[in-house]
Amino acid sequence: MKKPTNKAGRIFDILNVILMIIIILVTFYPFWNQFILSFAEKKYLYAVTPQWFPKSFDLSAYKSILKYKDIWTGYFNSIVRTVVGTVLGVLINAMIAYPLTKKDLPAKKFITTGIVITMLFSGGTIPLYLLITRDLHLTNSFWSLILPCIASPYYIFILRNFFLSVPYELEEAARVDGAGYFRIFWQLIMPLSRPVLATVALWTAVGHWQAWYDNLLYLQKPSNWGLQMILRELLVQNQSTNIQTAVASTFGSAGAVDERQLKCAVVVVSVLPMMILYPFLQEYMNKGVVLGAVKG
Amino acid sequence: MRATTAESSVRKAKADPLGKRLKRYWPLLVMMLPAIILIIVFNYIPMSGVLMAFENYKIKKGIFGSSFVGLENFRTLFASKQFWQVIQNTLFISILKLGIGFFPPIVFALLLKEIKTQWFRKLTQTFSYLPYFISWIIMAGIIKEMFSTNGAFNQIVGLFGVKPQVWLSVKSAFVPILVGTDIWKNFGWNSIIYFAALSAIDPVLYEAASLDGANRFKMATQITLPCLIPTITIQLILSMSGVMNAGFDQIFNLSNSAVASVANIIDTYVYTLGIEQIKYSLSTAVGLFKSVIALILMVSTNWIAKKINGEEFTLW
Repeated sequence: MKKPTNKAGRIFDILNVILMIIIILVTFYPFWNQFILSFAEKKYLYAVTPQWFPKSFDLSAYKSILKYKDIWTGYFNSIVRTVVGTVLGVLINAMIAYPLTKKDLPAKKFITTGIVITMLFSGGTIPLYLLITRDLHLTNSFWSLILPCIASPYYIFILRNFFLSVPYELEEAARVDGAGYFRIFWQLIMPLSRPVLATVALWTAVGHWQAWYDNLLYLQKPSNWGLQMILRELLVQNQSTNIQTAVASTFGSAGAVDERQLKCAVVVVSVLPMMILYPFLQEYMNKGVVLGAVKG
Repeated sequence: MRATTAESSVRKAKADPLGKRLKRYWPLLVMMLPAIILIIVFNYIPMSGVLMAFENYKIKKGIFGSSFVGLENFRTLFASKQFWQVIQNTLFISILKLGIGFFPPIVFALLLKEIKTQWFRKLTQTFSYLPYFISWIIMAGIIKEMFSTNGAFNQIVGLFGVKPQVWLSVKSAFVPILVGTDIWKNFGWNSIIYFAALSAIDPVLYEAASLDGANRFKMATQITLPCLIPTITIQLILSMSGVMNAGFDQIFNLSNSAVASVANIIDTYVYTLGIEQIKYSLSTAVGLFKSVIALILMVSTNWIAKKINGEEFTLW
């Protein structure tokens, strides 16, 4: 689209580019600042003026983190949870979404209403907490993190809407060839719905990866905690005993590495994989927003 | 919206008798079972658990064994100063977030549209979404560090002669920090919906305007903005329904005893009452109060959205 540009237009363009650069700086600087500090020797760590580039390249924080077991078990627990939760979530939501595309399915209206109601009203934290801990005895169980968040009304409706767009003729042809509904679902509907499955899977995965509150409520043993909960102990609660143990076993004495530098390095180690992955996944993520705007 | 067209393409089955439909569809009904069971167990049983709000719940006796007290718990709540403070804080924080945070995504989308270099536009977009994908736990870590005595914020305002402080413990600074960091984390992501709306505008409109000699500012105000109005109204209306959520993840991880009087919100209050003080009935009552208000807001905003924009923009 070519537009005639006059002087005012050019000035606007320049100012606009400058503004965008400022926006990039503002969104990125806090992360960059952590990155700089994670390599900073003590004299730079407590500088009075802002620092824009790393002045030292001190790896001692990262060396300590290698021995900081919590963060690695946290990573492991989070990965297991994310994989299991995402696979089950996508599968089970798709399995209820597909039948809902049939107009004359028995009890269709009843089930749809039942799902919509869960979007409108919830029992709140405590009834769910008591159900899981008191009635189902799932305290300290892996499943307390997975089962409650599998069925998601939003994803069910997003999936159903996509399944509706699969041409009916394809399904009918498969029926004529003698395929049952299970086979149609598994070999026709699911493969044809890869884009939406990817979007829902990514969203589910992000949800599991960022979850921490259920860890706080249901998991008493730190060895079961996911990454976010481990980070919470260190960054939010300032519980640094364990990381100082790692420092001690690396450098001989606890406190050999400054706590501030350690925390920044821990943030870098937890954020970096996301930052590397995210540009590749961006497209699918964005699609989710548009899909989500579609009526349920 | 897509659903209706697709649905009509599904051949209209004659209303077969139930027996015949059950015979045809039983595999599908079996497929639905896992999700239905999970929804009953983890959504509907807790919903019935709100009965606790009307009981003096004892964990040993359970819901059916505990004594019924009617509205006693609500009377206790409504008489307590803390409850009203918590409601006030929740509304204050969330309305500020809505009011101030609503416009940056729109302005950002409009300005970014004017950037002609595609790679630079993409780059800016990518950076602007980035904070959205970082959990509030890590964000809290970063924010705490930024606003600490030796943090980047103090370094920068120090250039202007402001004395360093632990800003998160300053009562008057806490809510502005909440609002600011919330916008920082979400504005890029929230702008996506506007980008989608912008790309749906017919380019012919701009060509016609440019033939008529309209400049860019005119096009932005006379074409782009009017085309965005439906999206803007619907976003505004729908965001109203979230007014009871002030942002639990953010506040729970940033607040501290020094700012408790401005930082305690409904969701943190539910945690304090229920999990820390083990007052299950009282905590459930707070949760129920919130759920009911949220329900009313949801239904009414959806109704308004339907009135203004027609069927296809609503939630159900």
